[in-house]
Amino acid sequence: MLGRDPAQGGPAVRESLGLMPQQASLYPDLSVAENLRFFARLYCLPRALFRERSLRLLDITRLGPFLDRRADALSGGMYKKLALACALLHRPEVLLLDEPTNGVDPVSRRELWALLYELVHDGMTVLLSTPYMDEAERCHRVGLIHHGRLLLDGEPRALLAKFEDETYEVEGGERDRVDERLSSLSDVHAASPAGSTLRITVARGSAGTVATALTPLHASLRPVVPNFEDLFLARVRPEAAA
Amino acid sequence: MSEPSIEAVHLSRRFGSFLAVDDVSFSVARGEIFGYLGANGAGKSTTIRMLCGLLAPTAGEARVAGFDVKSAPESVKSSIGYMSQKFSLYLDLPVRDNIDFFGGAYGLSGPDFAARADEVLRLCDLEAERYATTGSLPGGIRQRLALGCAILHRPAVLFLDEPTAGVDPVSRRHFWRFIRALAREGTTIFVTTHYLDEAEYCGRIGLMVDGRLVALDTPAALKRRYVPGRVLAVRGRNLASAAASLRSRSGIIAVEPFGAGLHLQVAAADWDLASITHALTNAGAQAVEVEAGEPTLEDVFLAVVARPRDGEAHAP
Repeated sequence: MLGRDPAQGGPAVRESLGLMPQQASLYPDLSVAENLRFFARLYCLPRALFRERSLRLLDITRLGPFLDRRADALSGGMYKKLALACALLHRPEVLLLDEPTNGVDPVSRRELWALLYELVHDGMTVLLSTPYMDEAERCHRVGLIHHGRLLLDGEPRALLAKFEDETYEVEGGERDRVDERLSSLSDVHAASPAGSTLRITVARGSAGTVATALTPLHASLRPVVPNFEDLFLARVRPEAAA
Repeated sequence: MSEPSIEAVHLSRRFGSFLAVDDVSFSVARGEIFGYLGANGAGKSTTIRMLCGLLAPTAGEARVAGFDVKSAPESVKSSIGYMSQKFSLYLDLPVRDNIDFFGGAYGLSGPDFAARADEVLRLCDLEAERYATTGSLPGGIRQRLALGCAILHRPAVLFLDEPTAGVDPVSRRHFWRFIRALAREGTTIFVTTHYLDEAEYCGRIGLMVDGRLVALDTPAALKRRYVPGRVLAVRGRNLASAAASLRSRSGIIAVEPFGAGLHLQVAAADWDLASITHALTNAGAQAVEVEAGEPTLEDVFLAVVARPRDGEAHAP
């Protein structure tokens, strides 16, 4: 971590590190303002600097109107945003985010990502964990860990370029019946909803067989560009079956 | 047509001067999967608490599974299942003891309950974890247990409040497959989620903004109405500064960084793949590649839920 062993580096490592844990990390009986002040003191932030940074962070997180609200009375998304603000007060060089968007609504989520891109643009290194593949696709580089093993590591685009399966959208047919039929086909590696129909990942070259199986249900296949979730589902499938 | 499974009529709830739910009306048919979406604090949980008979409405009324939430809240409670984002399980108890506890809470006992408990363990694929301590299990398995506990008493209506927060994609697939099977058998599903790819599973979706129900329709109709433009995915180099110059042009609805690329929403009358490529290249971007994308429910959500500016921030 920044050239040091985090187990040995002690305070020097932690000073340049911002952490937003997955679990509750704030004092529940302190207000938004009090939590911010508490973290600012932990990092010995001068008053003027604290004022400037907290104003900016409150603006981005839209927590300004809730300064007096206790942390335990915040909604899930607001709590996450406060935890992030507390982790950013000391301008760390490296920011670690453990599932930062669980329970966070889409508007706040996009704002959080806009903020992360800004921080990265200014030179911060961000490492985050997420179970959501549309978010993984937003990263410059991803590692896919499953049962303790790193299965993939690379740029989302590059990983997708190497993806061997084919992805299709099912057109027509009744979704539940189509889904049932598809689940019996071994060439179908994953199926997920797409509007009123399904998006499926199939073994390369097997689309013809799958299409034939769907013909009696009045459904057909239309090729689409694979995304990261298709890749994830297909990649962990053999692991899950093992 | 049979009576709707859930019916809210001019439902409102006030906390002091704050109107958490403001004149909300909708109905949900038996066996329908109904998605209830909104930003944090939009009034989703307050609506659910009223529909579950846990919180009295300030005005308006609601019927759930044929019972009035005001005059018969106990009948409502015994007809519904509820699964919260926190999964509400006793972490220091084994899986099977959690099932027994929730069965007891619904007044279930005896051989019928023992058979039902076994059935639910099987349905939720928890037989191997029967004796495991709940707290030691990963999120995806806890989620199945929370769901199992919520359906022990065969509720007519199942409320799912962010049921998949923090759950991996494979477990989420299984979870939804199971939920859809329940709906096919006639259970009415009322679900909130922040993950809008999941909202695609819903037959219809209601969108809440600041306590009001501002849109209600099928996912496809919502997309047609709220995302009229073209959605484009862009890759290339030096995109950030080129994108900034694009923002001010007419017909550009949204510009968003996405990984190393951009996502754009543009008016179809003004822009196509070629003209966007040209504009970005002129603005200094290199090796620009543009691809047509599909509008998502997230695009709908962002179009409907315009960012409310709640006053100026002041220093803590």
